[in-house]
Amino acid sequence: MSGYLAGIIAILSINIIFAYGIFLAVASGQLNLGGVGFQAVGAYAAGLLSASLGLPVALTLLAGAVVAGLVGVALAFPILRTRGVYLVLATFAFAEVVAGIILNTDALGGAMGMSVPGYVEWQIPMIGAILVALLVFYLMATRFGLTLRAIHDDEDVSELMGVSIRNVKVAAFGLGAALAGLSGAFYAHNFGYIEAQSFNALVSIYVLLYVLLGGTQTAWGPLVGAAFFTLLPEVLREVLPALKDFFITLFGGVPDGSRPDESWRFVILGVLAVGFMAIRPEGLVTRTMVERLTFRRPSSRFKEVTE
Amino acid sequence: MLFLQQLVNSLMLGSVYVTVAVAFTLTIGILNFLNFTIPTLFMLAGMVGWALSYWGIPFGLSGPLPWPLALAMGIVAAIVVSLIVERFTFRYLKTKYGDSTEHAIPLVSSLGFLLIVENLVRIGYGTEARRFEGPDANMTMDVGGILIRIPQLVSLIITILIVIGLVQMMKRSRIGRGLRAIAENPDAANILGIDTKRIVPVVFMLTGMLCGLAGALFAVNYGEVAPMMGEDIGAKAIAGMVIGGLGSIWGAVLGGLCVGLLELMTVHFFGADTVQIVVWGALLIVLIAYPKGLLGHHSIGKGKL
Repeated sequence: MSGYLAGIIAILSINIIFAYGIFLAVASGQLNLGGVGFQAVGAYAAGLLSASLGLPVALTLLAGAVVAGLVGVALAFPILRTRGVYLVLATFAFAEVVAGIILNTDALGGAMGMSVPGYVEWQIPMIGAILVALLVFYLMATRFGLTLRAIHDDEDVSELMGVSIRNVKVAAFGLGAALAGLSGAFYAHNFGYIEAQSFNALVSIYVLLYVLLGGTQTAWGPLVGAAFFTLLPEVLREVLPALKDFFITLFGGVPDGSRPDESWRFVILGVLAVGFMAIRPEGLVTRTMVERLTFRRPSSRFKEVTE
Repeated sequence: MLFLQQLVNSLMLGSVYVTVAVAFTLTIGILNFLNFTIPTLFMLAGMVGWALSYWGIPFGLSGPLPWPLALAMGIVAAIVVSLIVERFTFRYLKTKYGDSTEHAIPLVSSLGFLLIVENLVRIGYGTEARRFEGPDANMTMDVGGILIRIPQLVSLIITILIVIGLVQMMKRSRIGRGLRAIAENPDAANILGIDTKRIVPVVFMLTGMLCGLAGALFAVNYGEVAPMMGEDIGAKAIAGMVIGGLGSIWGAVLGGLCVGLLELMTVHFFGADTVQIVVWGALLIVLIAYPKGLLGHHSIGKGKL
């Protein structure tokens, strides 16, 4: 397999795992805009254990997930008292604090970054992504998934029905943090080098957009969203120069063969975000759409409130 | 004396944060909406102002413009973009989606606009920082041994006047009363005859004006603009807003000045690298321990986004 394709599959798998981490929080109605903080914790935990103690990759991957999950649970208790805007700001602030601490800790390489031994090929992140996807699909089919949905749709009614809001929220947030940490550990081992600058606030924004544009009602959403937006730049890499030449010829110019600016793909992501929120705010994949595509009858006789 | 000089410096630094923090707090207080395009509007005003004073109006319509005119047009650009943002974030928000992330819709749209505007500016003007040829930023005044830069002093005075004007407008004018009614309860305001559709754009106009003004003052004071200049200021303005209390204009003023002070003290005692930890750490602690902030109201931003 060519190195290019292998690279794409690896980054796709990492993004899918990361998106599922954010999905679990968002599915319970908590907008997590600090995903990159948990990813960085996982990446640095795996990198540090691997570089200083020489632990095998299997253990460091696990450690990345566990450490990020513990940080997530520790943060979830105080943070979940806050709601709405406060929660968004608190998660965002958390990611910034993590980045600041990494930049100022010499043991983590500071601004220089840190090289991580124990390279993993694209197959291992791919297997990881498949397992994570299966896990989340299973979770969403259990009672836990049902309570997530209930809390997402109406917190007060779920509480009346006897759902322990706080436990479910903490569990969803912590598990999501663990998955984000796992994606960070995969990232560290696949790239072999980590630096604080690659865990910046924009990454949190991107991954939250993947999840919300993919759709938060079913576990298909993050899969579709992450895959679409990871592969889109690769497709655009080929299509954009051709489009540019086309427009230049259309207006009577001569194509100069130069490549268009890389920033265009982020403009496209932004336009899609605005367009989706205006036309289809529940995301690309919705529950009714999945039911229709699988020829299942709607799960209840009542019309879905969220549609 | 050195401490007093630092205090004056932090007051000057804080005045840039104050204007942006007031823009944040206005949208949250009235519309319950965390507007992520605010740092971008700030940057846009500075960059457009720079481009007009360096190149002039595009397509060769004019030569380089004098800097006050260029900055004024930069502010107008920020207001126009802010109104476009309003068109696509707020008017689509109807209560037909009954789940708890429904209020995330404008927030996510504003993230989309953040990506669009910032990257369009990168494509149009390049990514590097540019020198802005304004008045001499180093004109200083000696007051009892403390050096004060005149452009910074003028910025501080403009900021204070703007905030006072804004508070008076909110208090006394018809529009201000309407906005406060919407902040209290949008549905009741609607029933009582306030035309929400027509009055909400005012918030976005004010936002664009405040951010544009802050960007113009920044360009004059620091003599440099860059496509990334909004991120740092935006972060500190958010911190200032939270410390002062969400939704309170005077809180944002106080919080912005606090952040300026906090930043300079951190640089003074620990070095510039730790500013990020201290500012965001303070924000996180305030959010968890005392979410009301210094002057905030308890109910804002609670249930909704």
